[in-house]
Amino acid sequence: MGEILKIDNISVSYGSIRALTDISMSIDEGAVVSLIGANGAGKSTLLKAIVGQEPLKSGSITFAGETICQTKHHHGGLTTDLIARRGIALVPEGRHVFADMTVEENLDMGAFMVRDQALINKRKEEMYDFFPILGARKKQKTRSLSGGEQQMMAIARALMSAPRLLLLDEPGLGLAPLVVQDIFNKIKIINEENKVTVFLVEQNARLALRSSSYGYVLENGKIVLEDKGEALLLNEKVQKAYLGA
Amino acid sequence: MLNFFQLILIYAGIYAIMAIGQNCITGYTGMLSLCHAGFFCIGSYATAIICKTFGLSFWFSLPVAAIVSGFVGLLIGIPTLRLKGDYLCIATLGLGEIIRNVATNLNPVGYNSIPRATLFGYQFASRNKLAFIFLIWAFVLIFYILFQQLAHSRLGRAMIAVREDEVAAQSNGINVTKYKISSFVLGAAVGGIAGCLQTAYTLTVQPGSYTFMVSVMVLCTVVLGGMGNAKAVILGAVIIQFISYLPQLTGLTNVIPAQAKQIIYGLLLVVMMLCRPQGILGRDKYRYGDPRTRKEKLHDFFVHPRKAKGGKV
Repeated sequence: MGEILKIDNISVSYGSIRALTDISMSIDEGAVVSLIGANGAGKSTLLKAIVGQEPLKSGSITFAGETICQTKHHHGGLTTDLIARRGIALVPEGRHVFADMTVEENLDMGAFMVRDQALINKRKEEMYDFFPILGARKKQKTRSLSGGEQQMMAIARALMSAPRLLLLDEPGLGLAPLVVQDIFNKIKIINEENKVTVFLVEQNARLALRSSSYGYVLENGKIVLEDKGEALLLNEKVQKAYLGA
Repeated sequence: MLNFFQLILIYAGIYAIMAIGQNCITGYTGMLSLCHAGFFCIGSYATAIICKTFGLSFWFSLPVAAIVSGFVGLLIGIPTLRLKGDYLCIATLGLGEIIRNVATNLNPVGYNSIPRATLFGYQFASRNKLAFIFLIWAFVLIFYILFQQLAHSRLGRAMIAVREDEVAAQSNGINVTKYKISSFVLGAAVGGIAGCLQTAYTLTVQPGSYTFMVSVMVLCTVVLGGMGNAKAVILGAVIIQFISYLPQLTGLTNVIPAQAKQIIYGLLLVVMMLCRPQGILGRDKYRYGDPRTRKEKLHDFFVHPRKAKGGKV
């Protein structure tokens, strides 16, 4: 399958501080690609850049053949909501659920771009089947859900718009190891059965690389390594720096 | 005494309309704006100028007041709505004062003896308060119904999403800027209509009556009733008006100074924040999660009218 997302030499700065320097990446359609790196390496910044929340200093990002992010010099890029409409769904870091709404209402929000109520109902049922805990809690306020349940809800909400590319920002953040494992299993199923391309950013390198076909390592805003998932797991440098071996 | 109650009801209605506008901005979209007195002022002046200077009908001035103040809302909104929380609050506060100052300098004495409004040959005279109560509360009802519909529509849904979490709203394909500005413009237009109605009642316009205190009072009304709940802000408006006329009502104008109401508002806000931050009635329930399709809704509306009103099946 072809390439769905192409990141071409992008740089992002916060004022005078360089957050990302000349990043180039390529994500194939149907793949699970992960990006690992330490705190402050620029992982979240990269995701924000893809969805148009951070302006680019240089380079461009192309999604399914269309340029979605550019430098200001080249008329900038699309706004976040338009990028979402192209089929990129971001599950932001820290989940960003609508805490005062019920699970069902959150899913309804996820389907904001979908105008067909019958289709929305169908997708909701699919989500309740896929995440049974959400079905059981659909009338509950999201605030009352546990961290893992909220993370699943955030993923389900992102899937409501039937995206082509799912961006996950630290889905395992602050969750118990068993819950994280469960979430990663679900991500794998989403990828295989719904044919959604997944790009995930994670600190838990072992888990991330195990479930990915390809991986990138980000250090101080630069890509220092890239390889197949299993290959990176065996890489000496990665083992030393990220796997604690 | 009856006369006095009628007066309170008229002002409660005018403030209820303003509060519905403020509620659209602060309650639904979550933007802390403090310039409703400015929109109120624009509406009043627009009506005064159209009716007095141009000699046109009050009914013509009504939409013009809404459009002009909505347009000013747009002009204010585009640069300021990228600000958040306290910063937006300070910026709007400043802009509200600018509007008042412009009005003062435009015509320091204001406008007097503005022609009365007429409807089917009936003249709305200020002494006939009952007619005004009907007129103003009819508008309250109209705006209540409109904004209730809005809250459960796609537009309202997007506004609420922006209030709850901007990042999440954007990731779900909601254009945050667009909905923030729409909400601000709508709220401003409603504020303008409140000003228009007030002018129709008092038949005078003075720049001194659109101070910062008015904005605070409107915000108070919304907080007291319950943010994001149109019914609640109307209740809030009635309560606030009763409080503000308390000295006259109790006949204790000699004992209680007029400024006491400002102390009461402040105390009320503090007490509300401590004891019941969601307001007296609290937030309205979200109801857009209606699983029925449009066809089913229509079917229910005609075949099962009770179910269509959201009753239990």
